[in-house]
Amino acid sequence: MAVPTTTSPTPEPVPGGGAGPATPGAPLLEVRDLRVRFTGRDRAVTAVDEVSFTVSPGQNVGLVGESGSGKSVTSMAVMGLLPRRGVEVSGQILFDGEDLLLADRKRLDRLRGREVAMVFQDPMTSLNPVVPVGTQIGEVLQRHFGMRRKERRERAAELLAKVGIPDPRRRLDDHPHQLSGGMRQRVLIAIALACEPRLLIADEPTTALDVTIQAQVLDVLAELVDEAGAALLLITHDLGVVAGVCDEVNVMYAGRIVEQAPRRPLFRSPAHPYTGGLLASIPRLDTPRGRPLTPIPGSPTQTVPWTDACAFSPRCAHADDTCRTTSPRLEHADGRGLRCFHPLTTPAALTKEL
Amino acid sequence: MLRFVVRRLLLLVPVLIGLSVLLFAWVRALPGDPARSLLGERATDAGVERINEVYGFDRPLVEQYVSYVGALLRGDFGTSIQTGRPVTESFIDYFPATIELAVTALLFAVVIGVPLGYLAARHQGRWLDTTVVTGSLLGVVTPVFFLAILLKLVFANWLGWLPTGLRQDPRIDATHVTNFYVLDGFLTQEWDAAFNAMAHLVLPAIALGTIPLAIIVRITRAAVADVLNEDYVRTAHAKGLAAATISRRHVLRNALLPVVTTIGLQAGLLLSGAVLTETVFSFNGIGSYLFTAITRRDYPVLQGFILFIALLYCLINLLVDVVYGLIDPRVRAA
Repeated sequence: MAVPTTTSPTPEPVPGGGAGPATPGAPLLEVRDLRVRFTGRDRAVTAVDEVSFTVSPGQNVGLVGESGSGKSVTSMAVMGLLPRRGVEVSGQILFDGEDLLLADRKRLDRLRGREVAMVFQDPMTSLNPVVPVGTQIGEVLQRHFGMRRKERRERAAELLAKVGIPDPRRRLDDHPHQLSGGMRQRVLIAIALACEPRLLIADEPTTALDVTIQAQVLDVLAELVDEAGAALLLITHDLGVVAGVCDEVNVMYAGRIVEQAPRRPLFRSPAHPYTGGLLASIPRLDTPRGRPLTPIPGSPTQTVPWTDACAFSPRCAHADDTCRTTSPRLEHADGRGLRCFHPLTTPAALTKEL
Repeated sequence: MLRFVVRRLLLLVPVLIGLSVLLFAWVRALPGDPARSLLGERATDAGVERINEVYGFDRPLVEQYVSYVGALLRGDFGTSIQTGRPVTESFIDYFPATIELAVTALLFAVVIGVPLGYLAARHQGRWLDTTVVTGSLLGVVTPVFFLAILLKLVFANWLGWLPTGLRQDPRIDATHVTNFYVLDGFLTQEWDAAFNAMAHLVLPAIALGTIPLAIIVRITRAAVADVLNEDYVRTAHAKGLAAATISRRHVLRNALLPVVTTIGLQAGLLLSGAVLTETVFSFNGIGSYLFTAITRRDYPVLQGFILFIALLYCLINLLVDVVYGLIDPRVRAA
């Protein structure tokens, strides 16, 4: 896929703006030991476990993994959007030091849309089909800023212009079905950024779009987040997207984080075989014609429980008996985290293995 | 929107023409003939012939149809063979009663059904939901005549809270303008007449409205439950919107689409379904009149009444489509 090359923010100087302090010691969002269990009628499924990561003010953090790795569930937990019945959530989700898991609905509703906003995966279904888009942007302004009708229209048009929708004033009265998929996702981005939140969560924001539109929408998203000084938690299965946008990357597998590292080190020397596999599976323009792609063998459904093994071991070329009988822990060193007994040591080793 | 309404009204023309043909053929396909039923058991052949001649039943069918339609176009629905009264006059005698009853029953069903279905969907699986679902099932399967008799027995005969039948206490000297008794009471400011007419509507309306109520509850519950799972409702929560805004703008507006369709269909059914209820409560609507017309093969009355019911049905459907368009912009575009 096309990777946006325009924005490659360096991790260090955090863009200005953002109300929170920019010191590394005070993260904007800190997820600690998050665990989400879906308790069905006859069996319970642990979707997310032992997930801890931080997002500093203005930082772009990626949450990467295949379908079913628990990345969306994590983001829903942060937003408080998981259903209350049949779901057990434990751990801490600290936003600016306040545990969102302990917040009541009223408090959450004051934060959601205002301080933390979200862009969803499917723009075709995430907008209300019977309400004009102008109203859908305006209602969040009314809710959090108490803006009056005229002001709201004014601001909504500005926002539409900002996300690159031509003739925004006329578009305000359009209904979602009159807009293309790319346009709808822009509208959703406009809604999310309307109140200039400090944290934006984007859950696969480009997956449902045409490849050509993907890059454009991602550009708009990254640019506006950067401009507003907001932090971004980007959830994706696409390492190409991560490479273009994120400062920090968390790789998830089967509900747990298996590797966390800053972008450059991660791409230069992935340590977890799963990360290595993801990187190696990206088709490259410079590979000779006709050479087959290198997928990770097996499928994400072939997991064993983390409780007494490494969940990735059935698909891992490096797995031995230890991996199949002991659950690895997330170990931290040199600003990186890794959950593996047999990490890939060097990039050379990686290329040789795969 | 206006163009849409006009187009739909024009479409009514072929529908009504088709209907008139079918009706015309259908009433004549009924066994028995009107002249004999008018003259009774000791009818002579000469007498029957004379009647047929007077009403034109001896002429070819096509000719009869053409003159029938010709009269219709002039607003003339013919005269009753039995009573000799113009059919249009009996419209005014009987339709207001049935429409009044049907509207009240529908109001009862909608005003209670939609909120109840909504609440049930919001509390899926809890006691309120279970009660509503079970209750609505009971409502659907209870025969109208049984419920009508039960209501009458308990609330009119035993408890004496409400009148046992009729549209209004005959002892009240009410002035009737439109023959919609409640409306008349308000128009003439005869409040006792209005309230008396309302009291007479309560039991029949509940009896007639229970099945539509149960259906509306179930449809609303299903529709709301569906919409609650929609992505755009999640978006609304992510915006931090107040619960009331989410319910009104995002959940109800979308859930109402199937509910409106159901309400329209039920409204049509109420008109024809009122017969049983009217009989139990001696409520003087089209029910008993139509029944007599059928047994006596009173062709002009049958054709006129059924055509008028069909016309009302079409208009209700048109109204439903208009409301649909108002709620959902995608329909307007189509």
